[in-house]
This record gives sequence, C-alpha cells and structure tokens, in this order.
Amino acid sequence: MKSDESKCVNCQRCVSLCPTRALKIVKSDCILRENCNWQNDTIREVYKQANSGGVLLSSMGNPKPMPVYWDKMLINASQVTNPPIDPLREPMETKVFLGKKPERIERDKSGNLINNLPAQIELTMPVMFSAMSYGSISYNAHASLARAAEELGIIYNTGEGGLHEDFYKFGKNTIVQVASGRFGVYENYLNAGAAIEIKMGQGAKPGIGGHLPGEKIVGDISRTRMIPEGSDAISPAPHHDIYSIEDLRQLVFSLKEATRYKKPIIVKVAAVHNIAAIASGIARSGADIIAIDGFRGGTGAAPTRIRDNVGIPIELALASVDKRLRDEGIRNNVSLVAGGSIRSAADVVKAIALGADACYIATAALLALGCHLCRTCQSGKCNWGIATQKPELIKRLNPDIGSRRLVNLMTAWKHEIKEIMGGMGINSIEALKGNRLMLRGVGLNEKELEILGISHAGE
Amino acid sequence: MELEGKIRIPSGCAIAAVISREGNPIPGNLISEAMRPMHDRSNGLGGGFAGYGIYPAYKDFYALHIFFDSRSTRKDCEAFIKEHFEIVKAEIIPTEKNRAITDEPIIWRYFVSPLKSTLADLQLDEKEFVVRTVVKINSEMKGAYVFSSGKNMGTFKAVGYPEDIGEYYRLGEYRGYSWTAHGRYPTNTPGWWGGAHPFTLLDYSVVHNGEISSYDANRRFIEMFGYKCTLQTDTEVITYIMDYLLRRQRLSLEEAANVVAAPFWSTIEKNRNIPERDKLIYLRTMFSSLLITGPFSIVLGFEGGLMALNDRLKLRSLVVGEKDDRVFMASEEAAIRTMEPNAENIWAPAGGEPVIVTLGEGVEN
Repeated sequence: MKSDESKCVNCQRCVSLCPTRALKIVKSDCILRENCNWQNDTIREVYKQANSGGVLLSSMGNPKPMPVYWDKMLINASQVTNPPIDPLREPMETKVFLGKKPERIERDKSGNLINNLPAQIELTMPVMFSAMSYGSISYNAHASLARAAEELGIIYNTGEGGLHEDFYKFGKNTIVQVASGRFGVYENYLNAGAAIEIKMGQGAKPGIGGHLPGEKIVGDISRTRMIPEGSDAISPAPHHDIYSIEDLRQLVFSLKEATRYKKPIIVKVAAVHNIAAIASGIARSGADIIAIDGFRGGTGAAPTRIRDNVGIPIELALASVDKRLRDEGIRNNVSLVAGGSIRSAADVVKAIALGADACYIATAALLALGCHLCRTCQSGKCNWGIATQKPELIKRLNPDIGSRRLVNLMTAWKHEIKEIMGGMGINSIEALKGNRLMLRGVGLNEKELEILGISHAGE
Repeated sequence: MELEGKIRIPSGCAIAAVISREGNPIPGNLISEAMRPMHDRSNGLGGGFAGYGIYPAYKDFYALHIFFDSRSTRKDCEAFIKEHFEIVKAEIIPTEKNRAITDEPIIWRYFVSPLKSTLADLQLDEKEFVVRTVVKINSEMKGAYVFSSGKNMGTFKAVGYPEDIGEYYRLGEYRGYSWTAHGRYPTNTPGWWGGAHPFTLLDYSVVHNGEISSYDANRRFIEMFGYKCTLQTDTEVITYIMDYLLRRQRLSLEEAANVVAAPFWSTIEKNRNIPERDKLIYLRTMFSSLLITGPFSIVLGFEGGLMALNDRLKLRSLVVGEKDDRVFMASEEAAIRTMEPNAENIWAPAGGEPVIVTLGEGVEN
C-alpha cells in the first residue's frame, strides 16, 4: 500500500481507524501570504484554473460564511399561563400526511362523509431522506437509506439514477424521481414508489444539470439508469419538454395518468429569487407537494462558482412561499417540503413553525453513514464507501450498520422534536405548522424579520 | 400601551352556561349570579354574557350590538350600515350605572336586514354578507366595534367583574332559553371593552378558558378564508374556526369537535368501527391546521343549543350538571350549585368529548 499525504482530503478515515488513536490531521501552517481580499483558497483556485482551463468542481453544500437563519431564530416555551407537556407522560404526535387537501368536504346520499382526499404520503415524523442517485452514491448507501426508511416509516428518494431491482421491495418508502435526463424512468418505476418527484432544480446548483462520467456507468448502474455502459449520463439543465409552467402542468398530469392518480406528484425546485411566484404557479399546476431546496444544500458534484453564489437561503424562501400561498388562499393545494441544510431536530422544528409540512435531509443522513464532510465526493474515491462505485471502497459501508445508524439518528431527532414541542405546550406537529408566534429572531434586521414573518426576541 | 389586537394577551378565565332543553325562558341574572363564586378566576379586566332567544319580537333581524368611541363614529357607522341594510330599530342598549364599571363606550344595538338588491349584486347569501360587513367594520372603521351580530341573540360585555357587568347591562330584564358567561383573567391590562368575551359571529358565540398553543397555526390557516383576527385572542380564532367548519363546510357539531379536539392517532387506530375510524382519519387529515392544542374549555353557543368541549388532554376544568329541563356547564361545580342547588348528574366530560345540548333533543355526549 502506498500513501501520499499530499493527496490527503481530511476524510478522517485514518484517524477513526487508528487503533492507538495516534493520528490527527493538522492543517499545514505553510500558507500563501494572505490578505483579506485574496485569501489562500481564492489564490489556489486561480492557480488551478490557470493550469487546467476548466470549471472548478466542488461537492457538498456551500461552505461560505453566509447567514444561517436557523441559528438566528429561537423557539418558545410555555411558562405559567399554559402548561408544558411531558412527552414521557402524554402522547406527542409527529405523524404527517403530505399532499393536496380538497377545498370542500363531500357527502354521499345518506349524509356520510366521502373520502375525497387525493393520494397522500404518510410519514411517522416530518423528515425524509432527500434525493441521492444510485451512481452518485453507492449500492450500500442506498440499501442503508431504503432499509432505514422502511423501519422508520418515512421515505427515501431515488434521485435521478433509477431504482435498483433489489430495492423495488421498499417501494412504499420510496420517492422515485423524474429528472431532466429521465434515467431509469419507465412504467414500473413510476408505479413502484409512494410518490413521484419531478426534479426541476437543486439548491446546490440551480439552473445547472448533472453529469455522471462514462467510467462510472458500469454494470448495475448502467442497467438501473437504462443507458449503455461507458456512456456519459448527462442531465440537461432544463427538462427539454418543460420550458414553461404550462409544460410542467402537462408532465404532472402525464405522470398522474401513467400512475392512475394513485401517486402524489412532488415538484422539486431550487430556492431562487422569485421562488414565491414560482411556487404559486406550481401550486396551480396540479402538483401535490412542492419541495424547495435552499442554496446550502449538498451535492455530489457542482461547479464551485454556482454552488457558492447562486440561489437563496431556504429559511427566507420557505417563509415567503408559505406566506404567498396563504395570501392567495391556495396553501392547502400543496404540501411544502423544505431542504437545503437541515442539520438538526431544532432546524426541523423551526422549519415546521415557519410553514413547512416536512423536511428533506441528506447531508445529515450521510454523516450518520460515516461521511466526515471532506467535500470531495466528485473524485469518486469516498473512503467511507458512500460516494463511490469502487467495490473495495463500497464494502467499507455495511448496510446493517448504516441503516441502524440512520434509524438511531432519526429516533434521536424524533425524541428531540417531541421534547421541544412539549415545551411549547403543543402535542401534535400539525399545531406547529406555520405557527410563527413560536419563533423569535435574534440579531436580524427589520427586513429579515418581515420576510421570515416573525417578531424579534423581546417583542 | 397598545390596544388588544396589536398585541396578543394570554388569559385565564371562568366560564358558565345554562340551557333549557324545552326552550323555557331563563332570566339573565341567573347566569350573572353563577359567576359570583368564581370571582377569583377573573381579575376585573373583562367579562360578558351571551343570551339566546332574548329578542323574540325581532327574531327575523340581525341584532348588531356595537361599541362606538364617539358620536361622530356612530354617525359614520350608521351611514355605512344604511347603505346595505334596512334598520328596523336602533336604540341605546339600556344600562345601569355601576361604580365598578367605568370608561364605558357608547353602546347601541341595531336590528337590521340586508337589502335584497345588495345581496343580488354581490351574489352572496345573507349570512356571508353579514359576516363580511362585521369583519369590514371591525377591521377598517376606527372606533367602531360590532360585538354581536346574530338573530334573536345578543352579547353583553365590558371591562370589570362579570357579576358587576350583569348588573350594569340589567340582564335580569332579559329572558332567554340559553345563556353563556365569561370572566377574564388577562395577563395584561388592555382595558378595552372589545377585548372582553364572549366573542361572537352571527349566532355563534364562544366563551373560553385557556391558552391555546396552536394559535398562530390556526390563525394563519383560517385567515385564508376571509376572516381577520383583529383581536389576536384564542376565543376569536376559535369562533372563526367554528363558523368555517359548521356554516361553510357544513360539518356536524360532533365532526367539528373531532377536528378541533381530534382524538390521538393511537386512539383512532384502536377504533374497531372501521367507518368511524376512517371518518376520524379523514377529518384530521383534511383539517389538520384546525387542530387546537394547549389548554381550553369552551362553550359554543348557537341557535337552538350549546356545545361544551375540552382540549383532548383536559388541561382545564369543566363540569356539567342537570336538573329537570335545564343543563348547566361551568368551570366549577360551585357555579352550577349557585344556579341550581339541587343539580343532579354532575360529571366532568372527558378531554375531547363534546357535550351537545339542543332544544327538544336532550343531552348528547
């Protein structure tokens, strides 16, 4: 075995496995002469591009010191005038149903209520594993996610890589994605899941498609994506049959027709400047659920400049979308799913209070599988067996352990969500949805508070 | 100090109610006296009453009870009402000076009927038009506040202790088949009469003891349907929810109770009556944002009946008793005993289980 420390990406694998705990990774103190404007990384990126003539690639979410609004919102608790509720003594409910709710009830001739609800997704807690394709992550990573979702009564998402034949059995805990490349999409695939997601965009790279290089399109991946071995899998930036909102409506209804109106349709969009208007259009397009992905969302590979400079924070996007849909009286047409860096149970609670029905998580799920956020997924050499297709690396991730750790993580979050809800005197998650009185801002300016629709702490 | 509505003020409370199942007249001072033993549940910052069947001579007209801050506001408001309603009677609501009641606004009542031509123009049914007019006056006309708008019923409320308010409004001179009462313990001092309870819309009135933790989730949902929560109180949002579920969605009282105090999922799943179970799942899913959490005990008054309801954990006291044709509901048994020393069948309804009493139908629960 040869080692070359110059290629160290700080994945911490050696540190974790060292039996004597003798290793630590320390940043070399040999740095370029820095100034505030031209920092070390900026200079090195210029050297790299001068060398290669190429676009810089990065992975995982935006690492820049942009505001994280979750950390500037604080949660309420009950004191005196109403009682906190102890989740160890009283029922504390986290179950949610995602999907469109009709405007009116209907009754049959004898006056009984008719169930006129369109297809819904039922979740035991308001968290789902977000889209990561088979190809961008490994078979064992997908197996871990699918098994954990089933055990937890939640959902994972295939991403745009098709559904491996081994995982059809997890169908009721699966969202199958239809993205611009349409890889792996056929009738059985569409009918295999609990819902179908049309991916219009992604927080880490709004307006950008995807590219899985031909060398990764081998064996199972080629078969699952339904493309020849060795051919590049290129997802175009737009869907080439969707150049407008009315085109989107056609695809929504095409998918509904193909699945006989038995599956809710999710439209996933990146949080961009006019997200409220876009969401309002989607809510009238027949979609059942809108998933909004904030600019800090992760990715297996994205152009660095796009990842770091395009899109807006999920907190602001979610708040303005929820408000717009309510102002227009169409909030019940759709459920809202927020993603793009939900890091903890507290972030989930804050997202629900701002107006989300549920959250998507992906980076946190990968951390549970061993990821140490070395941010080099694009190399395909993930030492933890997650973002790789190399057999010798994949086998480092044991799906038995992986799924167990995902179940642990979600179970822990569920406990925490219940604890926080109980403190507020709320014993069901639906009474938290859009309950912005439960949030206060700290250190936010008037405009930020206005957009978030919350008061400042002390008010 | 900002008026109620600009700020949200939580409060504790006392509630009481009485109904004659046979529709026999009950004098209003009975319910007023019932509030006396619960004096310490209020702090003198608000109280009020709603009586049903009190205006038999004008039963076909909407009775608008309105507070005005000045004579000119009243003139403006009357002019506005006249544009769209026929006013068959307008008068000052009779009151009796009481040392404990001060700073009273100008208090009038109008018996009105919407003009047919206006309804036809707007393509609205009568009730919806009255609701919109009330919302418009209360949210847009500064200094005017409609605090009662039903037919053959009326609300009487003020800042003070309920028993003093009952005397102030001379409730002994009214006869109704049902009454509800409220004494308030706000944690702040708004000193505004409009903020007192009951809160009413059309013939729905709500008295409420509690502080709901789902307030903003409920408010932001219900405001999608044209309601405006101008007072920021629990009682107001609960009234709008009831109006939405009962009048606009046409749910039954039991169904509405299953929405706002929905059984826990674990309870629903255990229900072996499959149609009943499916109905409960449907109602919870369909109206998930109208689930009310946190402590509450409410009495909903409506034309022809009363419904008492507790939050599903029963975090506030509520007892019910009976005697002959009368059914009594109150925060404390003492209030029931004041109305009827020999009350029978006193029981505390379980959390989330509505007690519904309607004229001629008896008690259901």
